[in-house]
Amino acid sequence: MKEIIVIIMSVILVDNFVLSQFLGICPFLGVSKKLDSASGMGFAVTFVMVLATAATWPIQKFLLDPYGIGYLQTVVFILVIASLVQLVEMTLKKYMPPLYKSLGVFLPLITTNCAVLGVTINNISDELTYIQSLFNAVGAGIGFLLAMVLFAGLRGKLEDCKMVPVSFQGIPITLVTASILSLSFMGFSGVVEGLFA
Amino acid sequence: MNKLSIITKGFIKENPVLVQLLGCCPTLAVTTSAINGLGMGVSTMAVLICANIVISILKKVIPDKVRIPCYIVVIAGFVTIVQLMLKAYLPALDKALGLFIPLIVVNCIILGRAEMFASKNSVVDSALDGIGMGLGFTVALGIMGLIREFLGSGTAFGITLTANAITPMGIFMLAPGGFFVFAILIAVINFASKGKAIKKKSFGCEGCAMAGTCSGSSCSEKEEASA
Repeated sequence: MKEIIVIIMSVILVDNFVLSQFLGICPFLGVSKKLDSASGMGFAVTFVMVLATAATWPIQKFLLDPYGIGYLQTVVFILVIASLVQLVEMTLKKYMPPLYKSLGVFLPLITTNCAVLGVTINNISDELTYIQSLFNAVGAGIGFLLAMVLFAGLRGKLEDCKMVPVSFQGIPITLVTASILSLSFMGFSGVVEGLFA
Repeated sequence: MNKLSIITKGFIKENPVLVQLLGCCPTLAVTTSAINGLGMGVSTMAVLICANIVISILKKVIPDKVRIPCYIVVIAGFVTIVQLMLKAYLPALDKALGLFIPLIVVNCIILGRAEMFASKNSVVDSALDGIGMGLGFTVALGIMGLIREFLGSGTAFGITLTANAITPMGIFMLAPGGFFVFAILIAVINFASKGKAIKKKSFGCEGCAMAGTCSGSSCSEKEEASA
């Protein structure tokens, strides 16, 4: 239990996927203009991360490792994620239209989101157990969601600001904002070590 | 199209990182030193050129409906080759780049060029496009790595320059420094080209390499949602 809390807290706050590991920067910068689309994207990514972990961990342990074909990891994982995303999209469309309406629009973009592939590969290379991997995926997703929502709030304020120098308007000032947000997340380093001290 | 212009447009006019703003994740993550940046750039360039050539050869064979999975398989195959080569011959670089080697698969530059260029043009043109875009990516990552390494540890390509005289600013090696240096680089390009270079005024669907492929409707819906 202790271990799981440490995994979740460290992946949300200390090793936040977006702000300290630079995974999933494209959706972080692209879909964070409005709060509702940012949170929708965050939930969709969390959902797919957990599903992808649930599918790829057994494949690695029971298929790739015993037959000595671990070098196919990249190819197999990206295909599994791509087909999984398609499957989820179709299932949601057919059986859960309300959920599809809120999450479905983001699903095609998630296939090429490096955060999803990143979390599945990380689970294997960090040698986590199945349960730990699932919680790691949940934590990574929540961390992503947190960063998205915080950043959407900041960008809302940024829109009102008219004092930005011409060369910095648009993308550069957005990146400077991201830099300051990631600076504030650095304040969390060491939090996890002190959790059970 | 003029062969030379295909190459030059890749690293100046349509630089994938600094003008088209594609492939931001590796750009920010691996540029803690100039060597790492260049290593990542060259690895990506190798995958990009090979994938462009193969996809251009196969463009008539691949059915339109399943083209994205097909592209991904081709790209993933080449990434695996690069991954194994780096492990065998450059273990230090492999360790430094770590997770971001397998993540070349989901680099939007490669899928974007496959979709926008290689699937429509001849083999030679696609190879040249791969070289141009790859060079542009490598140069951008090299410059960014050089700046961050110089400010963050006072060295350039591992050679000590100011580290003994001036205390290096370690923050530039960390995540906030990455965002900040990238912001300044884009601002400088904005300033130098008087705002003409960057076509994308903000991040959004219209600039996304996947815009044409993510079933269109989802993009327009999202645009409405964010409008």
